[in-house]
Amino acid sequence: MGCAVDDVVAALRAAAKVIDEHRDELVELDRKIGDGDHGENLQRGFRNFVTAVDRSTPATPSAVLKLLATTLISTVGGAAGPLYGTGFLRAAATIGDAPELTAPLVVDALRGALAGVVARGKAEAGDKTMVDALIPAVDAAAGALERGADIPEILAAAATGAEEGAAATIPLVARKGRASYLGQRSAGTQDPGARSTALLLRAFADAAARS
Amino acid sequence: MTVGLVIVSHSARLAEGVAELAGQMAPDVPIEAAGGLPDGGLGTDYQRVTDALTAAEQGAGAVLLYDLGSARMTAELAVEAAEEPERFAVAEAPLVEGAVAAAVAAAGGADLAGVLAAATGAGADGDAEPEVAAPAPDDQRIELVLDNEVGLHARPAAILARSVAGLDAEVTVRHGTQSADARSVLALLGLAARKGDTIEVSAHGPDAADALAKVRAAVHDFG
Repeated sequence: MGCAVDDVVAALRAAAKVIDEHRDELVELDRKIGDGDHGENLQRGFRNFVTAVDRSTPATPSAVLKLLATTLISTVGGAAGPLYGTGFLRAAATIGDAPELTAPLVVDALRGALAGVVARGKAEAGDKTMVDALIPAVDAAAGALERGADIPEILAAAATGAEEGAAATIPLVARKGRASYLGQRSAGTQDPGARSTALLLRAFADAAARS
Repeated sequence: MTVGLVIVSHSARLAEGVAELAGQMAPDVPIEAAGGLPDGGLGTDYQRVTDALTAAEQGAGAVLLYDLGSARMTAELAVEAAEEPERFAVAEAPLVEGAVAAAVAAAGGADLAGVLAAATGAGADGDAEPEVAAPAPDDQRIELVLDNEVGLHARPAAILARSVAGLDAEVTVRHGTQSADARSVLALLGLAARKGDTIEVSAHGPDAADALAKVRAAVHDFG
């Protein structure tokens, strides 16, 4: 089965809802090791996206992702805006004009998103950032594709990979972003960006399983 | 027409303060403050940065300076999205020192690469001890007494640096055992030359004589 523009919009609406529900959790994580605005910023970005997608009707999955990217860049305000914005922009570029996402395209899009986030934030594995969720997500998605998985299975594998990667950031000492100023004191708290990445991928996986 | 500056900060007041400080040293350089969110909160606003780029770019390009990591990302995104990205450069530099050094370089007529180098160099200066270079034998040199109230403080240092910008000469200012490149406001400040102190200025290169005359006139104008 494929994944057409309406499915992508539905998945992103579901993601917006998940971010709404987890706003306080993200705020709390970010308050401990950052500037405390991650939950609020992401909520504002995704709410603005929902408003934007209500008004316009993007024609392709790529166009939807571009709309999300530009909305996040314009309205998030913190590091998550440029990072997620660049990630979704690269994912959109990877997909091109395809009217429907296929399983290989989903994996390519995830790879593109990871490359975009790394290019923008210059973080490496183990720096305690969203990259630590994205790398295992991409690896798990690629592995699932090799085993012949369909899109819901690929996204579920990616979400599980991201959740494990995010959980593994807890003992890490941050080397990037605001948390890096805390040094050793950043250990013991899950990275909010890795957590939100895992939340988004789980929301996409759940939406794909429903469609 | 000079290279412009854009100060990208999480805080509107910080951006404005840095723009104010750098502007004092370089009154004719377009310096745009792009700080804070539209609702007054802390953060970097993409649209605000994009607008500032347009305002600061008056034909010679613009250099962006930022305070913290995500401000750098917003600055880079804005540059990538510009119609002519090559007209802009994001400086990896300490915000305050970099902005002051960049502003003075821009006021002196430096091009985009020159202003960028001045900003970036401001970071390198911070860690290094001022070099004590012996004057080369063929240098032309003069001695000047600082008779203005504040000595070689920020504004006089900026005036001195501006006076030699654009000239084809290497100009060195010595005070006691320390020496500084006359083009570097921060290095000049590092000399800590006060009222009544004597500085030795040496120059070599095609414009050496002109440079010394300009420095003499600049020091004369301090007070």
